Amino acid sequence: MRVALFIPCFIDQLFPNVGIAMVTVLRRLNVEVYYPPEQTCCGQPAFNTGYWDEARVLAQRYCEIFDDADAIICPSGSCTAMVRNFYPELLGNATRTTARTYEFAEFLVKHLGVTDVGAKFPARVTYHDACHALRELRLKDEPRQLLREVQGLELLEMDQAETCCGFGGTFSVKFPMISYAMDEVKVTSIQKTGAQYVVSGDSSCLMQIDGYLRRQNLPIKTISLAEVLAST
Amino acid sequence: MTTASEQFLRDAATKTADLRHRGVIQKNIASYDAAVTRGKARYADWQNARSQAAAIKWETVNHLDRYLEQFEQNVLENGGHVFWAETAADAREHVLQLARRHGVQKVVKSKSMTTEEIHLNEALEMAGIHAVETDLGEYICQIRGEPPYHIVTPVMHLTKADIAQTFQEKLGTPPTDSAEELAMIARAKLRREFMTADMGITGANFAVADTGMIAITENEGNARLSFSLPRVHIAIVGIEKLVPHFEDLALFWPLLSTSGTGQAITAYSSLISGPRQAREIDGPQEFHVILLDNGRTRLLADAEQRDALHCIRCGACLNVCPIYKNIGGHAYGTTYQGPIGSVITPHLRDEREWSHLPYASSLCGACTDVCPVRIDLHHHLLHNRRNAIQHKFDNPIQRLLFATWLWTMQSSLRYTIVAKLGNLTLRLGFAQSLLKPWIAKRDFPTPPKESFGKWWKKVERASRPFTPSKQTVETPVLHDL
Repeated sequence: MRVALFIPCFIDQLFPNVGIAMVTVLRRLNVEVYYPPEQTCCGQPAFNTGYWDEARVLAQRYCEIFDDADAIICPSGSCTAMVRNFYPELLGNATRTTARTYEFAEFLVKHLGVTDVGAKFPARVTYHDACHALRELRLKDEPRQLLREVQGLELLEMDQAETCCGFGGTFSVKFPMISYAMDEVKVTSIQKTGAQYVVSGDSSCLMQIDGYLRRQNLPIKTISLAEVLAST
Repeated sequence: MTTASEQFLRDAATKTADLRHRGVIQKNIASYDAAVTRGKARYADWQNARSQAAAIKWETVNHLDRYLEQFEQNVLENGGHVFWAETAADAREHVLQLARRHGVQKVVKSKSMTTEEIHLNEALEMAGIHAVETDLGEYICQIRGEPPYHIVTPVMHLTKADIAQTFQEKLGTPPTDSAEELAMIARAKLRREFMTADMGITGANFAVADTGMIAITENEGNARLSFSLPRVHIAIVGIEKLVPHFEDLALFWPLLSTSGTGQAITAYSSLISGPRQAREIDGPQEFHVILLDNGRTRLLADAEQRDALHCIRCGACLNVCPIYKNIGGHAYGTTYQGPIGSVITPHLRDEREWSHLPYASSLCGACTDVCPVRIDLHHHLLHNRRNAIQHKFDNPIQRLLFATWLWTMQSSLRYTIVAKLGNLTLRLGFAQSLLKPWIAKRDFPTPPKESFGKWWKKVERASRPFTPSKQTVETPVLHDL
């Protein structure tokens, strides 16, 4: 059983702790993992902007790099959806590699059958559903199942949990005013819960939310699901 | 940048900064949401209803030629007339010809997005024919000189107070805060128009192939008066409005009202099968159907996005769209707003001019989940983006950026070097110009000193034997792999 780590480029560069936390949790569950060092980016920025030829090159590259893995685990619903849902369209067919790429929470709950990973995180948290995890991978309950088992954690649902945070990759740069308004709606909903932390499976959403929270000097913190699960 | 995209950016900036405007539509959409939740609860299996509807529309759209000819044949047999309009201009010209032939001075119209699409009111006014919108929302739009804000709810952006003020200013009526009084003012004005109109123009919610009927859904009774009182009735029907069988309405009528307003069925559901028959006491002397193409066959030719012709114009995708909820309907600058508009407008109108709309989405996919006829909306936004790049509508700087990016990402060495440089630049506070739109109102995270890749290398080099943590007792079993 070869379990590979797929660490998306922006997690590699901006949020390495998310990847490290995922490794910590997997090791705690006795899952031995390896990290193919040739990996770079899944191609999503190009794909979403319409540069499918460019994205295809990286899709093929991904499939070669991860070819011998039995499972590929990724701490991002967005990049997992890119591989599992959009590579088949881009490459013309699903491959062994695309079908075996899993989002972290999905892997834990649906494939390992684990919801209690032995974590402790005494705080009030609210969970933000990242769009790709929710609507491309259909992961709604899995992250919540994991959070409910975390010692000391109080999960508070926000009314706009399923509403997009407004990041959308280049969308947030091309249409900053719309992206900002969406951010505002999201944060308002988060504030209403009285949570101390916003948790999500996607760090790009958290970056979007955190950027707003910090600029506005709001006391709420963002943290990835992997980091919550790694806490003891 | 195209004129339309510059306008879009300006309007989106104004509208998102207008918190009152955002508050009004979010409040109105919240009451819609509550009604639709109740409406869907009436279904034993809403998802199955969606699938059934999608299957029927799929069949119709993929054999549209056959169903259109069957529909035409039946309309003719019922004593009506059919005109095939390839363009908006053809449709307008035909309406004007009929109006001239019948000496029409006044037209009453019921709510119809196809007539908005072909800019019929302007054409009628130019020809000296007075056109009156009789749907209350459309009537308010008309006297305000605004296009409909939403395909189902034309004045979703207005409060009762706004409407009272509009009436006061435009109609000289006394101030009031009663919705009933406002409706009575409009009713009194409109009744006179119905009685004196020579021609009624409507759209159609559905066109039934096997009976040659058109189906109209409404809540105010104004459509009924529009097609039954005047001498001539013209229905302007997009060619995608077909359903094969009369029985299909049993599914589609409630589906449309549930998704559109949350109602089980609208207050008035009418079927029109032709002009007044000898034994009948009312109805128009002549019944005309204009089948409108206006770019729809271009969409039909695109096998990938053909399902966009399933659309029954319920507005559900607008109401769930976080972009629509923040910029509102007018900012789009199109007849059809929201996700469906961003999918079809580049096909129906100039693809380059409207190529910005598919990009004005975070691709959250909420639209696709609510669509009652299962149009793959957010994926079609991606398809439109791909088409735009294939047709070279992008700017050379962006193209160069992605070429460089690809070159970088094809090698882990190049990736590591470029990322290191990027990391440094960010930490030194340069590279801000690239991120400027994002960081203008947010704090960007401070990049860490060490990437994940570097951390892993270090850990591997240490190569301490892997010791499982004490917290788990047994190795979990892998399922489904």
